[in-house]
Amino acid sequence: MAIQHHNVLSRRFITSLLAAAVMGASAQAIAQSGDQNDDPIKVGILHSLSGTMAISETVLKDTVEMLIEQQNDAGGLLGRQLEAVVVDPASNWPLFAERARELLAQEEVDVIFGNWTSVSRKAVLPVVEELNGLLFYPVQYEGEESSENVFYTGAAPNQQAIPAVEYLINEVGIERFALIGTDYVYPRTTNRILEAFLKDEHGIAQEDIMVNYTPFGHSDWQNIVSEIRRFGEEGKPTAVISTINGDANVPFYTELSNQGIDAADIPVIAFSVGEQELTGIDTGPLVGHLAAWNYFMSVDNDDNYDFIDAWIDYTGDEETVTNDPMEAHYIGFNMWAEAVRKAGTTDVDSVKDAIIGVTVPNLSGGYAAMMPNHHITKPVLIGEIQDNGQFDIVWQTPSTVAGDAWSDYLPGSRDLIADWRKPMECGNFNVVNGSCGGSTAAEEAEAALAE
Amino acid sequence: MRRFLSLAMLCCLLLGVTLTAQAQTNTANSSPNDTAALALLDALDVDSYRDKGEAITAILQSDDERARDWLQALLDGRLQRADDGQFVVVLDNSGREWPVADALTNEPLGEMSRRDLDRVGINNALRNQLRSAIAVVDLYSPNLERRRTSAARLLGEVDSELVEPINELILEEDDSQVRTRLSQAVAIYRAEQGEMAGVEALTGSLHPRARVALNRAANGDDPVVADAARAALVSVEQNLKINRGVETLYFGLSLGSVLVLAAIGLAITFGVMGVINMAHGELMMLGAYTTWMMQQLLPGQPGLALVLSIPAGFLVAALVGVAIERSVIQFLKGRPLETLLATFGISLILQQLVRTGISPLNRTVITPEWMSGSLVINDALSLTINRMVVLIFALVVFAALMLIMRRTRLGLEVRAVTQNRAMARSMGIRATRVDIMTFALGSGVAGLAGVALSQLTNVGPNLGQNYIIDSFMVVVFGGVGNLWGTLVAGLSLGVINQVLEPWAGAVLAKIIVLVFIILFIQKRPRGLFPQKGRAAEG
Repeated sequence: MAIQHHNVLSRRFITSLLAAAVMGASAQAIAQSGDQNDDPIKVGILHSLSGTMAISETVLKDTVEMLIEQQNDAGGLLGRQLEAVVVDPASNWPLFAERARELLAQEEVDVIFGNWTSVSRKAVLPVVEELNGLLFYPVQYEGEESSENVFYTGAAPNQQAIPAVEYLINEVGIERFALIGTDYVYPRTTNRILEAFLKDEHGIAQEDIMVNYTPFGHSDWQNIVSEIRRFGEEGKPTAVISTINGDANVPFYTELSNQGIDAADIPVIAFSVGEQELTGIDTGPLVGHLAAWNYFMSVDNDDNYDFIDAWIDYTGDEETVTNDPMEAHYIGFNMWAEAVRKAGTTDVDSVKDAIIGVTVPNLSGGYAAMMPNHHITKPVLIGEIQDNGQFDIVWQTPSTVAGDAWSDYLPGSRDLIADWRKPMECGNFNVVNGSCGGSTAAEEAEAALAE
Repeated sequence: MRRFLSLAMLCCLLLGVTLTAQAQTNTANSSPNDTAALALLDALDVDSYRDKGEAITAILQSDDERARDWLQALLDGRLQRADDGQFVVVLDNSGREWPVADALTNEPLGEMSRRDLDRVGINNALRNQLRSAIAVVDLYSPNLERRRTSAARLLGEVDSELVEPINELILEEDDSQVRTRLSQAVAIYRAEQGEMAGVEALTGSLHPRARVALNRAANGDDPVVADAARAALVSVEQNLKINRGVETLYFGLSLGSVLVLAAIGLAITFGVMGVINMAHGELMMLGAYTTWMMQQLLPGQPGLALVLSIPAGFLVAALVGVAIERSVIQFLKGRPLETLLATFGISLILQQLVRTGISPLNRTVITPEWMSGSLVINDALSLTINRMVVLIFALVVFAALMLIMRRTRLGLEVRAVTQNRAMARSMGIRATRVDIMTFALGSGVAGLAGVALSQLTNVGPNLGQNYIIDSFMVVVFGGVGNLWGTLVAGLSLGVINQVLEPWAGAVLAKIIVLVFIILFIQKRPRGLFPQKGRAAEG
């Protein structure tokens, strides 16, 4: 592993030497060697357009295409046009790896925007590392990862789950927690972190924590909701922390309202329910239930309204909505474009170096900066569901929060940090024994796919 | 909260009479106090939720007759402020332009862009405060429904200052339901204070707030009261257990009814005709999409659209079923493996058609008012109405199918053709026509299942996939070719699943049920109700 690391280093060293030599030779010569520079910059889009995840990922493909169109209308990048290369991994995790290889090896794209589920990201990781690509991952995830080639523009647990629980305890006065999730890696890891956090930091007893997992697409929630109701009737203020993913949320919320569980009695705070997911639900009975994100469509900011208008015009649908992962792509795309401008080239290694520290506006009136651990700074917003399917922001962090790749609440990851700047260049550096663990992408991908 | 409530209650006592009196004189002469009203609303437009809470109290204490409307609009998130500082009430907040009315005069102001409007935001704590405030105002309302809701809301929210006014109200109240609720509310307060009277009044009450109060009393200082509270709790727990049992049974039957609905069409095409139709789930999906389509055609009348969807869903699914039968299945007679593969292909085609033709995203099917909420049996047991409707619907569909198969000429012909095709044809029965009719019937019933499922689960291209395995499971478990078997199998699998779920979890419960069926089929390959006689041998 260490040898491989060394190889990458020396290759990069030579590349950058060469690049410097070429640039130093004559800037004019580069400008005149027109035929190569007229080639469009290729932007790979790796989102499922069919299968179960199509529901969430199709809009992300459209978002990147819209951003590319806008960039081209504004004159492209480095004087070159951008071109989208769209592939469909069809919600099939191993196929994600194949399609990523196709994008990098055959299409030779300069950057990839893609993935939604953690398991698909784990599948793509070794390919992107092997072929030295760039991947912008726009979805909130469980953390415990930092790759040299991946930029995590969604929230890490400390940018979503932890602040959300802090809000429930400090602002709402909740003392009992039901952790309800879909049965896969993201909910299980997040709930592990939350359980440790609740017990160690807030002294919540085991009996005041209820954990329940259901399969993907679960639709019969009668029993679980009734259990939650009883769990909440013991006299202590109770909240549900939901990591239920995908369309299983619709029957879950319907059952909640049918069984008369009101947000004022037992609020549900969700980490995977956004505007897109709510389009399938009559939100009247859900008013007051919460979600924690880093962006809501209802953010009162002119940049946001421009983005929404552009999106409505692009899709031609007056009723269409925007959501958090779309904003993450917006930020990621602009960061990448800025880094390319800064580096003066789309070369992966130069962009990787240039992008750390790049700061671009987000859609909520602040700025997002790329940190050395390849995570970005984000404000944390808590929103309450309104009857029109939008969220009303009831709380937000006073400033942005930097994403933490390795959770401080899990014993194994407490001592790890990630820093991709020279000279450390490590995704899992152990501050106690001062060593770098090396890339574990291949093993992790295997483990995730085996599940 | 309580402090706020009693404050609210006090001012209501003072204003109760004036409020109703003023309400009758109408809002004609509102101009003189508009500055005061504006100041009241202005106080709401602050960042701190604590200040907002005080502003709400101020509104309540003012003798403005529009107070309740403002609070309701604030609660609904419709009280907003335009760029020029004018307070408006949004009448409809969908789309980019919203119709609004002046909050002070109620005059419509046309449409405003959402860019120009700022919502006066509230959070859950304020929502609680507003609901309680409105509840206290509503206790004096002439409207019975409002009084009932408000009395139910006060359980567990009564404090020392509220007790007396509520006791007075109990004496004046005509409606027994409101009276009971209010007395309960007072009893909960008394039990929490450790008073014997409260504990006695709460004995037998199943309301969770009552149980919390009894629990508190059981841990109180007075040993006599504590003993009484403990005894009351024991009987409550006993009662709760029974209710929980009934609830689980209902959950099971409801899940079972979904399984029966999904499987019963298959019981005809697969059970009676012997055709393995993997596209059965997609026929259900079409039924669900028909419901969505009907609701699009009849905007504003989701209930009517749903009722009309029953025949429409049946027809659509039946027609598609006939098309499948004519174009593919009839050529694959007696070749089950090829039928399986071909119909699986059809199922993929249908899914993709919907995905590209309509949208890959789920569609919203509205649940009509009369199907939402639950039927309250007692404080510990309420049965969700949408599931009850589906349960009844499943039984009706089953009964209708039984009638068709047993009492009509079509049913007779179907049975004849499936038992001995050659003999039936020689008796003059047009076997091909019977095939079409049977397949149409089975497919149509799948469409009906889809209409029902649109009320319980997501309407999307994948809807069918989630139910196809379960459907085959139920048919095989019940005994291929036997409708009664399908009914019993569906309902019992539902109940078994729901009994297992609380202690095994949803994932494990499903696995246990599957393993159970596999073992059962090993022992009795023909299912619960095997077909007997010569027909079974063929």
